[in-house]
Amino acid sequence: MALSDFPRMGFDPFAEMRRMQSEMNRLFSGTGFGTARDFPPINIWLGDNSVVVTAELPGVTRDDVTLNLQDDVLTLEGKREPHQPEDGNWQRRERSYGSFSRAVQLPFRIDPDRVQARFNNGLLEVELERLEADRPKKIEIRAP
Amino acid sequence: MAQEVRTTDQRTPARTGTPDRTHDRPVFVPPADIYETRDNIVVVAEMPGVAPDGVDITLERRVLTIRGRNAGNEPTGYQRVYSEYADGDYERVFTLSENIDRDRIEATLKDGVLHLVLPKSETAKPRKIELKAS
Repeated sequence: MALSDFPRMGFDPFAEMRRMQSEMNRLFSGTGFGTARDFPPINIWLGDNSVVVTAELPGVTRDDVTLNLQDDVLTLEGKREPHQPEDGNWQRRERSYGSFSRAVQLPFRIDPDRVQARFNNGLLEVELERLEADRPKKIEIRAP
Repeated sequence: MAQEVRTTDQRTPARTGTPDRTHDRPVFVPPADIYETRDNIVVVAEMPGVAPDGVDITLERRVLTIRGRNAGNEPTGYQRVYSEYADGDYERVFTLSENIDRDRIEATLKDGVLHLVLPKSETAKPRKIELKAS
């Protein structure tokens, strides 16, 4: 899912199409999360020169998750192991398992040395700072 | 400048018609796996974002209620621009099939997953009946 530049201008000609597309996706992908495309659910928070991506990954430890950063794309991949009981009958099975991979396109290029990732209570929080060279530069207008 | 917020939350909200809560936060139903072994019933419920001190488990006769209160997880100084899940509390009520030994219930919360082991009381375990030679 890409964050295009249009929303920042206040007018997005593709908002309606994207909304319809996500409706169709939801219709065809079934209910609940667990489809490979939609796991883990993420939120994106935007600051002035940094971005925070949070993901819900309950039951996953830090070793099961890999974060990769390439310019402005953050890739989150990993695996969630099922908890197998030694003996016993399943009465209800609602959680999903398996490997997951998601790529998030961020609104600007990121400085790979200034990324912080925290993982608490099943919530992964990745804070990414904008690359210095990518920041808008103030241009002085010289007096004639 | 207003940012467009897209929400594609797929979690199950709690039933409408239940009494209002004092906090105005959404309440979700945590997905749970339940399996039954010979000696225990194990409930594994997902409650991401909940710290161990935010969990409330009560067992009344055969009704088990699990509640998880979400610690504030929102980063400050940022604006939400894309949302696939909402911050909310969790609540789920189960009716158990066996009699449970209340004093030996064990609950652990790790990485947002609640692991609840409910040992069956002795009277509920199947007892083999020996045939006496006549």
